[in-house]
Order: sequence, then structure tokens, then C-alpha cells
Amino acid sequence: MSFTLKGTIAALAASTMLTGAALADGHAKPLTGELRIMSDMSNPAPRAVMEGLAADFGAMHPDLNIELEIVDREAWKTQIRNALTANAPDVVNWYAANRMGPYVNAGLFEDISDMYTDGSLPGLEAVKGAMTLDGKQWGVPYTYYQWGIYYREDMFKELGLTEPVTFEDELANCQKIVDSGKKCYAIGTKFLWTAGGWFDYMNMRTNGFDFHMQLARGEVAWTDERVRETFANWRKIIDMGGYIDDHQSYSWQEALKFMTDGDAASYLIGNFAVPHLREAGLSDEQIDFYQFPTIADVPQGEDAPTDTFHIPANASNKDNARAFLQYVTSADVQTKINAGDALGQLPVNAASSVDADEFLEQGFAMLSTNAQGGVAQFFDRDFPAEMASVGMEGLQEFMVFPDNLDDILARLEEAATRIYEK
Amino acid sequence: MTHSTDPAPSKGWYARNEIRVTPWLFLLPGILFFAVYVVVPIFQSVWISFHAWDGLGEKEWIGLGNYERLATDRKFETSFWNNLKWLFLYLLAIPAGLFIALFLNQKVWGIRLYKSLFFFPFVISQVVVGLVFSWFYLPNNGLFDVIVGFFGIDISGGVLGNPNTATYGIIAAGLWPQTAYCMILYLTGLNAVDPEQVEAARLDGAKGWKMLWFVILPQLKPATFIAFVVTIIGALRSFDLISIMTNGGPFGSTRVLSFFMFEESLSEFGFRMGYGASIAVVLFLIMLCFIGYFLWSMYQDEKGGR
Repeated sequence: MSFTLKGTIAALAASTMLTGAALADGHAKPLTGELRIMSDMSNPAPRAVMEGLAADFGAMHPDLNIELEIVDREAWKTQIRNALTANAPDVVNWYAANRMGPYVNAGLFEDISDMYTDGSLPGLEAVKGAMTLDGKQWGVPYTYYQWGIYYREDMFKELGLTEPVTFEDELANCQKIVDSGKKCYAIGTKFLWTAGGWFDYMNMRTNGFDFHMQLARGEVAWTDERVRETFANWRKIIDMGGYIDDHQSYSWQEALKFMTDGDAASYLIGNFAVPHLREAGLSDEQIDFYQFPTIADVPQGEDAPTDTFHIPANASNKDNARAFLQYVTSADVQTKINAGDALGQLPVNAASSVDADEFLEQGFAMLSTNAQGGVAQFFDRDFPAEMASVGMEGLQEFMVFPDNLDDILARLEEAATRIYEK
Repeated sequence: MTHSTDPAPSKGWYARNEIRVTPWLFLLPGILFFAVYVVVPIFQSVWISFHAWDGLGEKEWIGLGNYERLATDRKFETSFWNNLKWLFLYLLAIPAGLFIALFLNQKVWGIRLYKSLFFFPFVISQVVVGLVFSWFYLPNNGLFDVIVGFFGIDISGGVLGNPNTATYGIIAAGLWPQTAYCMILYLTGLNAVDPEQVEAARLDGAKGWKMLWFVILPQLKPATFIAFVVTIIGALRSFDLISIMTNGGPFGSTRVLSFFMFEESLSEFGFRMGYGASIAVVLFLIMLCFIGYFLWSMYQDEKGGR
């Protein structure tokens, strides 16, 4: 009881305080009361970042009592439901786009559209789309990262290969790699989602970003001829033996070993793989990055999953939470937390600077100049949850038994008919 | 002591009914908790299984819709057959446990150590068992692959990566601790075997298989019954090993009903509570057959005992 009462007083105090001043300089005003943050940044580097954020924000507002609870990232994917309903914290982590859907529909995320319109979040115009559902914004992003093909520069040199631009180049490269007794791509599909990445790119390159999104929204059938074309292109790599064997038995981390051992030349993965490659002893001269090559003549769409902060609708200190969201997305903080020695990813604020890192710079350049098609979140975030799980299972099966394609597509379409209530 | 104003004190209600009421009073806490945590949730599950519900919003009544979907769902079919495989193959733990127990039931120096070593897999967590076996089964550098490779057998995708072998691989991993469990049950059972009967049988010329089948085994009947019960229940609860070793894969070929239920209702891409509940109800009905049999069999035993 006393907690909620205190919370209400704090909220009242904060709101009266903030009505006068523009929110833009909100974090100059000292905040009081409570701020409960529940975060899923549980891996060592993100954890340090989150703890740093809470400490710095606390230093700016000495009278504010910040309570930070860090939950295991995987566990959080199911725990968030309880957290949002019972005794909700003031700030939580989640993911952008369709993954927000269940909580937005259930009214558990606070609508913060006003922060985007009143100028409290300068520099976020470009990423606003990923936070928009039903025409409103439900949170702020704090980091994102590019996907693309990470490859062994030294192996490419040895075989006289260059970064491919078109799919023909890619296949020609791959043929040479296969002929040399190595594999073109490492991948571990035990937990399915890595196959989703391949499908995203195959489909976005074959049919374009808009088509991919139509498929995600259930407006196109899985049995459509154009989807089959995507799979036909994908099959070329499978048939030539481009992927490592038995990939269904490995997690993505286990499959990294094939690349670090030099048994596979490249890996379609997110930028989060880079620290692992470096830790395994590969120097920056040995690894490099290129954008997924073009297939058809369509504007290139890219996967760039975005991680986010949200305010639960049942939070008790919403004004403090808003100030925190504003703080996290401000240009300086964004530069700092996404630096190579922190998260090692891309800042969401247009006014931030990207850390001097080979991969971050290339990724940033790619996403800002060469992703005219659009930026997708990722298979399991763009497609509705149930479709994503059925879909990724089918994609994995296709990668192992490409002959089952008809059966897989029929199954996916059957699931889609039910899920989208066509 | 004799403050009573009533000249002819009639006994109170409780005193009059003491014999009938007291047992219920003692049972009350148990009944209460059993009702709240077991009986009521069973009915709630059945109730939820008639709805479409994401666990957050409003429930929507769809009648038997979830069950109709189950009837045509291939995931359900796979899970069901896998459950049957688990049920039958898991029973191998009983004879295996019996033979290890017979083997270890001797008095030589250090036998306690050997017994402990055999019992060890039951003590360690199922998660650890799953991890150890998944390394054992790894394609190319896993020990199992090396051994069968020596005989010229190559399982494509590795044991756990091949949809035809994955379930059997997990069951084999599960048999390891389950055999140890059955072994312990039989070891304690063997202690209770009447040496006079064995002696008498020996005098009558029984030995070897005959001795085992006609003299020892009948005396081990209680142990066999318990081993049967725990093994059946263990097979139906097989969840942790699947979750650790294959996560239901490859392409959903190792799902069993309990894993399928978890996946539909509680996993990352789940939260179809109604559908999950309908799977739970089906699983409950299957278990009910066995539980019914166990109860009936125990009831028969008790009747016979009196």
C-alpha cells in the first residue's frame, strides 16, 4: 500500500514539475521517488552497460531511488508476461515490431506517441517505424545491429576470391570453396532461427522487401510461385553442398567453430558474432563483412533487429520512466553504450557517432545508404509468433531435406490460413 | 472441575460424533491442498481447453475447436507416437535394472562402491544426463559417432540430428538413470527374499532361470510393481531430456505430448493457452488409464491382504 501511495506522490510531483518545462531538457531537472527497471541485458557486456546506465542516471538524479533487476535474457521472453501484469516495473526491455504485438493488444505497454511528437526524442525519426503498431509508438529502441555475411578474409585471399555482389558471383565463389574441400557457409540450425535469417535474405533478394513483408502479414500464400522461386534459389546453395553437414545438430555458437577452424569460409549472422570470432583468436585481418548479394533487380532490404525499452501500462512511476527513456536514447548516451567496448552495436540516434570498428562502420554505411528496400527486424520478429515457430521448423527441414518442399509449403500455408484467419 | 450448571450434562456434538469426524479433521489440510493444487486445476485446464486464449486478454469460447484441431495436427500425431515409443522402450529399464541388481547382489569386497557407481546416474540431474549424452552423440567428434563409424555405420546428421534416430537416442539417454532407479528398487527387494525358500528350491533342484522365474521373481512382485509405476510415469513425464537434447527437433520429430503442450502454451513462441490445455487434457486422459490400473491393482492387493 505504502509503495503505491509513494509512487502516486512521486508521479504527481514529477508530472507537475514536468508540465512547465519542455520534456526535452527533462533530465536536467532532478527526479525524485522510485524507478524500477527490469532488464533482460544479462550477458556480461550488456549487463555492464545496463548497470552503467542505471548508475549514471542515478548520479544525475541523486534523490531518485533506482532499483535495477536483471533477468536472464532467454527466461525474460516468457517472464515478461508476469512482470507486466503483476506489480509491474517502470521500465522493461523487449523487441521491436511484431514482437510487441501481444502486449500492445493486451494494453500492457504504455503509448508514448506524445514523446515522439513533442520533440522529447530528437534523432529517433528514422527508427520510429519499428516502434509503431496501430499508428502509435510503444517504446524506444536502444540498439540495433546489422546482419550480413561475415567471412574469412584470409581464406578468400588464398582462393583468389573477392566479395561477391551478385548471386552468380556468390555461387561461383561457393563452387570454388566447395572444390577446395571446404564449406561455404557455417550455420547451426538446432534452435531454428538462423535458418530464418537465410530465408529473410533469400526472399528479400528474390522478391523484394515489400513482398517479404506481405508474406509476414499473411497477404501472400506460402504456396505462391514467387515463394517457390525463393526456395529454388536457396536450393542452389544446398544442392552444391554449400552448408556445413549436420547443421541441425549445432547451435549457432557451436557452428562458429567451423569458421574459426577454417572449415567453412563464411557465416550469415548478426554482428553479435564478431566478439566470438575475435575471442576465438581471429584477427580483424582474417575476418571481414559483406552485404548479402543481390539476386533479382529489387531494392535491397536488410535485417537489422532492434532491442527496445518500454514502459508497462501498469507502471507506477511513469514520468521517471519517460525521463529514463529519453536519457537512454539521447545522442551522447547512444554513442557511449553502443561503442565497441560496450554493446558493440549501432546507435539508434541519428546524432550519435558510430564507434571506429571495421564491422560497425560497414554495417552502418550499409544500413544508411544501401538498404533502400527497407529494414526488417528478423523472421521471428516480423512474422506472428506462431507463424514464426512453424515457419522456422519448416525452413530447417527444407535445409536438410529440400525434396520435402511441397509438403513443407502446404503445411505452412495451412498454418497461415489458421493464424491469419484468412 | 464441576462448574457445570447443567445437572444432566449431555455430550457436545463433537464428543458424540468424534469417531466419525476426527479422521476427516486430520484429512482436512491434505484434502484442502490437494483440491487447490491438483483437483481444481484439472477442471480449470478442461475449462480453458474449450477456449482460444493468449493468457493475457479475454478468453473466447470455441467449444471443441481445439480438439478438432488436435485431430488433424501432425505435430500432435508425431508427439503421440513418440509418447508410445517412450512408454514401451522405457520399460526396458525394468529387466535391465533387475539384471544389474542380481549381478550386484553379492558379497564381495567393495560391492558398495560398485552399487554406488551404478546408482550414480540417477543422482545427477536429468539436465546433466542430457548434456552428456548430446555430446556423446555429436556428429563427427562425438564418441558414439566414432564407435559406430568404426563399424562403417554413418548416421547422417548425427543421432540427434536425424529424425529417424533422434527419439531413440533420447530414450537411450533416459534409460541410463531409469535403469539405476529400477536397480535400487530390486536391490532392496532382493534383501527381502526369503533365504529359506531359496534353500528349499535349491534342494528341489531348481537353479538358473527356473530359480529366477519361479522363486525369486514372485517374491520381487512388490518391487516390480513399483518399478513399473515409476517407469511409466517417468516415460510420460519425459520433458527435460527432450528440451535439453533436441528442443523438440529436428523439425519437431522428437516432440512428445508434454513437450508439445509446453511449446504451445509456455514457450517463447507459444501462449496458445487453450490449445495447450487441450493437449494437457489428452495427456491426462492417457495417464488416467495407467493411474486407474495402478489404483485398481493396489486395491486388489489390499483386498487380498485382508
